[in-house]
Amino acid sequence: MTPELMRQGDARAARHAQRQAARVAGDSGGRSASYGRRLTDRKAVDLTHGRILYLEDVSVSFDGFKAINGLSLDIAPGELRCIIGPNGAGKTTMMDIITGKTRPDSGRVFFGSTIDLLRHNEPEIAQLGIGRKFQKPTVFENLTVFENLELALKTDKRVGASMRFRLDSAQSDRLAEVLHTIHLDQAASTVAGTLSHGQKQWLEIGMLLMQEPLLLLLDEPVAGMTDHETERTAELFLSLKGKHSLMVVEHDMSFIRTISEIVTVLCEGSVLAQGTLDQVQADERVVEVYLGR
Amino acid sequence: MSALLSKKAWTAFLAALIAVTALAPVLNLLVPTDSLFHLSDYAVSLIGKIMCYAICALAMDLIWGYTGILSLGHGLFFALGGYVMGMYLMRQIGRDGNYKSDLPDFMVFLDWKELPWHWLLSDSFLATLILIVLVPGLIALVFGWFAFRSRIKGVYFSIITQALTFAAMLLFFRNETGFGGNNGFTDFKRLLGQPIATAEMRMILFVLTGLTLLACFLFARWLVASKYGRILQAIRDAESRVMFCGYSPLPYKLSIWVISAVMCGIAGALYVPQVGIINPGEMSPANSIEIAVWAAVGGRGTLVGPIVGAFLVNGAKSWLTVTAPEIWLYFLGALFIAVTLFLPQGVIGLVQTLRRRLK
Repeated sequence: MTPELMRQGDARAARHAQRQAARVAGDSGGRSASYGRRLTDRKAVDLTHGRILYLEDVSVSFDGFKAINGLSLDIAPGELRCIIGPNGAGKTTMMDIITGKTRPDSGRVFFGSTIDLLRHNEPEIAQLGIGRKFQKPTVFENLTVFENLELALKTDKRVGASMRFRLDSAQSDRLAEVLHTIHLDQAASTVAGTLSHGQKQWLEIGMLLMQEPLLLLLDEPVAGMTDHETERTAELFLSLKGKHSLMVVEHDMSFIRTISEIVTVLCEGSVLAQGTLDQVQADERVVEVYLGR
Repeated sequence: MSALLSKKAWTAFLAALIAVTALAPVLNLLVPTDSLFHLSDYAVSLIGKIMCYAICALAMDLIWGYTGILSLGHGLFFALGGYVMGMYLMRQIGRDGNYKSDLPDFMVFLDWKELPWHWLLSDSFLATLILIVLVPGLIALVFGWFAFRSRIKGVYFSIITQALTFAAMLLFFRNETGFGGNNGFTDFKRLLGQPIATAEMRMILFVLTGLTLLACFLFARWLVASKYGRILQAIRDAESRVMFCGYSPLPYKLSIWVISAVMCGIAGALYVPQVGIINPGEMSPANSIEIAVWAAVGGRGTLVGPIVGAFLVNGAKSWLTVTAPEIWLYFLGALFIAVTLFLPQGVIGLVQTLRRRLK
């Protein structure tokens, strides 16, 4: 190879490096089309298609009973979606599928455009950024409120890291902030088992916030709360909207009216209707399943 | 982050340290036998033995009290540590056995001509020390991996551990496995070349056991005071919540299970030279159940509780088996029922309740 050729090669390489550096680091790597995009971080959630959660034709049956039957549903980033439906409509089963607790018989479940949730187990899905609140409030009853939140904190969750773990100042600020958000500042050192039902619900929501999830699945978050507590929960959810995506399953219609934009009605394991609360309430089929006509 | 121990607890810890390392040797070896303050050889060997049991109770507390996994097979790990030590002690006998052979007596009796492969490392004390940790640790690791990966929980796990120790006992009873059959190992002569049946050696083993117990206590205290310890309790109280918080419970359960097994193995290794015998009876299911009884009587989920429980139950045992041997087992059964029904927090819980009432 002649020195001349080598110089040309160097110049080409330098130009290429310059072009690479000049690229805007964005969702699609600087290009306008998503074709041929390179993923910079395999674990990052790809939101370029404007959907954070896809469920496509998901079915699952337990002993012949079809709990979920060809369910397709999707949620946009930052959306607050309410799910309603009669008992046995498959609302909790749907959450079990999204969080990895139940494996569907068929169908596809994606988080963003690239992460196939069916390939992951519960802890991995939680670490990817999906938080879940159970129907019955589940907190660690023998630990204090503070310790409950500390455990939920987004951090390295392997054994060795937990043995050496020390709360740093940014983390304790975050903890104090969440304590304030869930109105449990005064109860930080209270053992969680002695909290009231509503407070436990709040603590569980606080634990979700500590995980900094992209998507929150909330199964009957205001069950057993007083009117005042329900009101404050609605405020909290509205403030979370935009930063996080939320999926709320609830029976309390006035609560749903306060927070909802789009409501999805589930019935017998698939979507029956979707729209604003007024639209779905006006829907003949919805009235029929709810009133059993 | 709270301190490892409170000021008061450190004082008690230091007192225990002094009692074990200074007071006991002086009272036993230097104070004349007819003095009121003399600590008898019987008491030294009894307390030494109970301290080994206390290490087991502590190990049981980590896995049962803190993590909520009841093992009814911890006697196996205790016996395995004991057997590793026993093999070394058998080799230390040298040619002083009944048959004046290089091989241990039971091998001569079985007409074996050379050492089986699994005895090859038993001549080295260093290898023995390593194996005391490795053998129970590896067996616990393999067993725990399969059990926890299959998400076996609660009473099913307890039954399987019980079956495990029973199966091991049957295996060790057989002569051809090379562990001395139902007689096990006994008639030890030396440890590190020094005669084993002297007052000094007994005292050295006593002090070592005491130091090990205190070290295990501090280690356990460090574990449960860390975030790791709180995750263990979280797994005990709401395992699914732990998973949805992003923790995989498997490595947590597996690590504490192995730590607990290794502690039992070390206790067994300290126990054998003090009592001078190890046989498959140590693996009997009843022994493993007794370990759980000590932890329950003392108080699960408090580290001091199981140690107290081991001393109380075994103290009562050594007293009752002498004065009224026929009622001992009834007593143990009644004690377990009474504690389960009336003292869910054990003796420590009772003391705490009484103290609160007095205030």
